[in-house]
Amino acid sequence: MRGNVVIAGIGQTAYGKLPGRSTVSLNIEACRNALHDASVEKNAVDALLVKPPTSNPQFMYGQTLAEAMGMQPRVGGAWDQGGAANISLIAFAAMAIEHGQCDVALVCYADNPRTGSRHAYEKAWGDDAAYGWFGVPAGYAMLARRHIEEFGTTSDQLGEIAIAIRNHGAANPHAQLRKPLTLDQYRESPWVVDPLRRDDCCLVSDGAAAVVLMSTGRAKSLGITRAVPILGFGQGQSSSDVAQRTDLTRTCAEVSGATALQMAGLRPQDIDVAQIYDCFTITVLMTLEAYGFARHGEGGPFCTGGRLQIGGELPVNTSGGLLSETGMPGLQLVLEGVRQMRGDATSQVKDARTCIVSNQGGIMHTHSTLVLGNPV
Amino acid sequence: MNPTEDMIDATFPAPQVSELSAPYWKALDEGRLTFQRCQACAHAWLPARSECPRCLARGPLWETASGQARLVSWVVYHHTYHDYYATRLPYNVAVVQLAEGPRLISNVVDARGELRIDMPLEVVIQREAGTALVRFAPASRST
Repeated sequence: MRGNVVIAGIGQTAYGKLPGRSTVSLNIEACRNALHDASVEKNAVDALLVKPPTSNPQFMYGQTLAEAMGMQPRVGGAWDQGGAANISLIAFAAMAIEHGQCDVALVCYADNPRTGSRHAYEKAWGDDAAYGWFGVPAGYAMLARRHIEEFGTTSDQLGEIAIAIRNHGAANPHAQLRKPLTLDQYRESPWVVDPLRRDDCCLVSDGAAAVVLMSTGRAKSLGITRAVPILGFGQGQSSSDVAQRTDLTRTCAEVSGATALQMAGLRPQDIDVAQIYDCFTITVLMTLEAYGFARHGEGGPFCTGGRLQIGGELPVNTSGGLLSETGMPGLQLVLEGVRQMRGDATSQVKDARTCIVSNQGGIMHTHSTLVLGNPV
Repeated sequence: MNPTEDMIDATFPAPQVSELSAPYWKALDEGRLTFQRCQACAHAWLPARSECPRCLARGPLWETASGQARLVSWVVYHHTYHDYYATRLPYNVAVVQLAEGPRLISNVVDARGELRIDMPLEVVIQREAGTALVRFAPASRST
């Protein structure tokens, strides 16, 4: 099914503070923009798949959204997998299209933790609250410490990841944070949970994004010329909480990336640009290792010397990622992958022919990978 | 007492003891760290479960730990997510592996020197707002 399904349109809202907007309203705006981008009428859509809002999960959210959009889709609903769900839903939609279950699918996500509640990111981890174990940053800090101590990974190496991504965000007029970062500024950034500094941590943002999927044949018959083919996808589920993992420096991103690259018929060295889920800098480092761009334990040195910046060997998060464009958990990375393959990104990687996108959730509990190619 | 402690609504985030976890907290209250072991496949784990996550058998038994452990990883909080910990910053939280295999979240206390991964630890049971908690100190402390 490699290349048989395309992303025919993308849409988003503004990112940042969007007071007074419900997640349903934000989702509809992103979907409206994606349909317009694809030149597709709402009535052509027969699948609506949504990742539920992280900050306010609701029962039957997919149906609530479909009702608000006046839709009775053949395929519809929500899938809870944390941040991995966006790509997992795209993959599910692609398989459903391939097998005649639906023709045109919308996949979307919206949340408003910035003006609403950020409790989901700061809550206690069950009874371990008695030991002061709270919040998402600490979980990633626990992985980072083990990586630092086991492999000699340095704070400066994490800083290089933040610098590359923040500089890409600074060049993106739609980014929430448009402040470039220097190594000196990074070193002065306060600890949140040591070994992670404020500048290792993503933004908290309101906003929404959406994509339209259809078969390559349908896109051709509709005259859509900028449709980006899906070359591969894969998933992995580490599942266990941080304390229960036998190896803190390895995750299910390995099997997810390998599955997606095998389906695409590509190797890591064939990838021209990467959009890697950067809820924290350590996530990027560990995902690049898991995907085979660097050997296990060698992600630190790999991320230095400008390799991740535009003009480098593997430009990463070219619109600013979660650290700079928007803290939205992942769908914005797919949108930027599509722009890079179309050739109309703000920070365009010259002659980019392949893009890998990672989405993941929890403390690297879940992972989903997408490989995109140029429009044909 | 530090005067700032009086002004903070700092309720200890006590464990929510369930039927499943009650034996663990009762043993800890009596000064024993325990863990569960599967009667069918001998797999050992924490926290309390009704089924073995390896072979899915029901009815694990509680066993007392030797108290020997090692430090897997740790973090140091410089930002508080709960008022109770506001006056303790910076404080550490660690992942610790017992000699018998189970891993758990805890704190390392009495560490005079630098912490390092895989350093040997031993159990220290301390009371926090009346609740017995399992913490760990460097094993060299008593040798």
